[in-house]
Amino acid sequence: MGRTLAEKVWDDHVVRRAEGEPDLLFIDLHLLHEVTSPQAFDGLRKAGRAVRRTDLTIATEDHNTPTLDIDKPIADPVSRTQLETLRKNCADFGVRLHPLGDVEQGVVHVVGPQLGLTQPGMTVVCGDSHTSTHGAFGALAFGIGTSQVEHVLATQTLPMAPFRTMAVTVNGELPAGVTAKDLILAVIARIGTGGGQGYVIEYRGEAVEKLSMEARMTVCNMSIEAGARAGMIAPDRTTFDYVRGREHAPSGADWDAAVAYWKTLRTDDDAVFDHEVVIEADELAPFVTWGTNPGQGAPLSAAVPDPGSFEDVSARQAAEKALEYMGLTAGQPLREVAVDTVFVGSCTNGRIEDLRSAASVLRGRRVAGDVRMLVVPGSVRVALQAVDEGLDKVFTEAGAEWRHAGCSMCLGMNPDQLAPGERAASTSNRNFEGRQGKGGRTHLVSPQVAAATAVLGHLASPADLSGPTETDVRTPARF
Amino acid sequence: MEAFTTHTGRAVPLRRSNVDTDQIIPAHWLKKVTRDGFEDGLFEAWRKDPDFVLNRSAHAGATVLVAGPDFGTGSSREHAVWALQNYGFRAVVSSRFADIFRGNSLKNGLLTVVLPQETVEALWRLTEDDPTAEVTVDLVARKVLATGVEADFALDENARWRLLEGLDDISLTLKNEAAIADFEASRPAFRPRTLTV
Ligand code: SF4
Repeated sequence: MGRTLAEKVWDDHVVRRAEGEPDLLFIDLHLLHEVTSPQAFDGLRKAGRAVRRTDLTIATEDHNTPTLDIDKPIADPVSRTQLETLRKNCADFGVRLHPLGDVEQGVVHVVGPQLGLTQPGMTVVCGDSHTSTHGAFGALAFGIGTSQVEHVLATQTLPMAPFRTMAVTVNGELPAGVTAKDLILAVIARIGTGGGQGYVIEYRGEAVEKLSMEARMTVCNMSIEAGARAGMIAPDRTTFDYVRGREHAPSGADWDAAVAYWKTLRTDDDAVFDHEVVIEADELAPFVTWGTNPGQGAPLSAAVPDPGSFEDVSARQAAEKALEYMGLTAGQPLREVAVDTVFVGSCTNGRIEDLRSAASVLRGRRVAGDVRMLVVPGSVRVALQAVDEGLDKVFTEAGAEWRHAGCSMCLGMNPDQLAPGERAASTSNRNFEGRQGKGGRTHLVSPQVAAATAVLGHLASPADLSGPTETDVRTPARF
Repeated sequence: MEAFTTHTGRAVPLRRSNVDTDQIIPAHWLKKVTRDGFEDGLFEAWRKDPDFVLNRSAHAGATVLVAGPDFGTGSSREHAVWALQNYGFRAVVSSRFADIFRGNSLKNGLLTVVLPQETVEALWRLTEDDPTAEVTVDLVARKVLATGVEADFALDENARWRLLEGLDDISLTLKNEAAIADFEASRPAFRPRTLTV
């Protein structure tokens, strides 16, 4: 019987297989950041162990870093200690680090692909659940816990329990104005936040094949919000073109050997998935969340649902609780929900195409007077590219704040936070209670919807704006 | 991980059930960047009470905790195990442990011993009457011994073997050193490296 893409990558990394025991998998790339690594390094120190493969390990600073005044000492002593600890650990153990202020610094999941370190057919891990992002290249990429971080540092392997396979096939073409973010939000709303539990999801079908590399990262990034262990997309021309020429991409004969191998990384025709979901692209529309988990979403044109309409008791209770926290009432059109803050950034939507997409909507327009809009590039490289293209000017001229790279308002761990009761349209990935700051309310949206919302002051899509909009932004395959 | 074969030490009677991990180590301690130094956070709220059993000088230096049923419920934080170990505990006795806590403790070399509630009560009485009474936890013989107490306990064979040998997951994996080295030697040259070595 044929094998799926995920099974092929898994099989190619089995160091040891024994009856009744988990497979021991080799890890090709280990990404580190300041929050989940300190105890792992501490464990190594106590056991007198070294980092086995510093040449397969890389660290950056992102969660705690401020996006303003980055040349000043970090005000919060706890955040400062976490960063200083990472710096010391990387120095002591010989791990490559891109600290705040470095040109390669940024959100860990933006940095890996941009350096060309994320490639098809690899196993990639990081002490961060959104490691699933890297699956967009046809890599098997998992988030891991601190004990596992230590395990990988010491052994470059992980004992892993087997997974199940799920195919999410998106037929047809996405309608104009519908983005990768809308697609993944719709998938999560369909299968639920636990629907992917235990599965590696492979996204396939015409609509997925047509996505750019960065859009594919947006899709795979949020696999974890569906509860999946990982998300993957088979590598193709789009993938190869994106990787080619990057700092760590293979070259010469290695490139040819790599591409020859990468081309084998497709699910065989006779492979069987444990579960299949089919979505028709032409039924999709701009999507926003109304609740406090990423599965509580609806098309922008819909109204806030009536909790009573949910048959499942726990879904009904969850909806009731969510509406109360979000300060929304059933039946209220989503388009009428006014926001205080708009955040464009994160490992979901903080890459150059996302910034281009938001800028195309904002060009020649103004952010509504009472709305605060933060634009936070996912990495310093993304920021430099945006400046090169004049996007920073588009944002600042529209009245948005152009910030330094980092996780920023994706989570309330650095100074960029919502105040209690404040409402945001955010291009990030989690709308949990308090995720963006204690008491803050989050609506997950695409960069285009975020920009249109900033202009109108309420949830909106570019189609709601008067005057011409560059909806069809042409993007080069790579920058 | 330090091997656990047999351990003899004084015991602290903790007459409470449903001790959740938030009580064992409160959330604000999770910002720490080490696995060490959690001893002051252990049972932090309860230790504000001078009469709390851990504060009694007679129990200073105890290494076995004898607790009520459902010990370690709630949040999955591994820090709860670290805090108990940092404080000096080598073993915890209870009639029932929360699953995740038990998994975390065995992974870190803290022995969790399940005994019938009558035996737990006997140990409580013994150590309350005489705080210097010693308790032996013998993993080789799977027995708990103290004056007037001799009780067998069960532990799954794989977990027991790992504790007896002092094998943490990393040490176990490193037993496959040859297989890892072979795998590394056969990796394609086109795979990327973060450093040029
Ligand atoms: S941007 Fe958000 S989701 Fe991504 S790594 Fe940072 S905190 Fe996590």
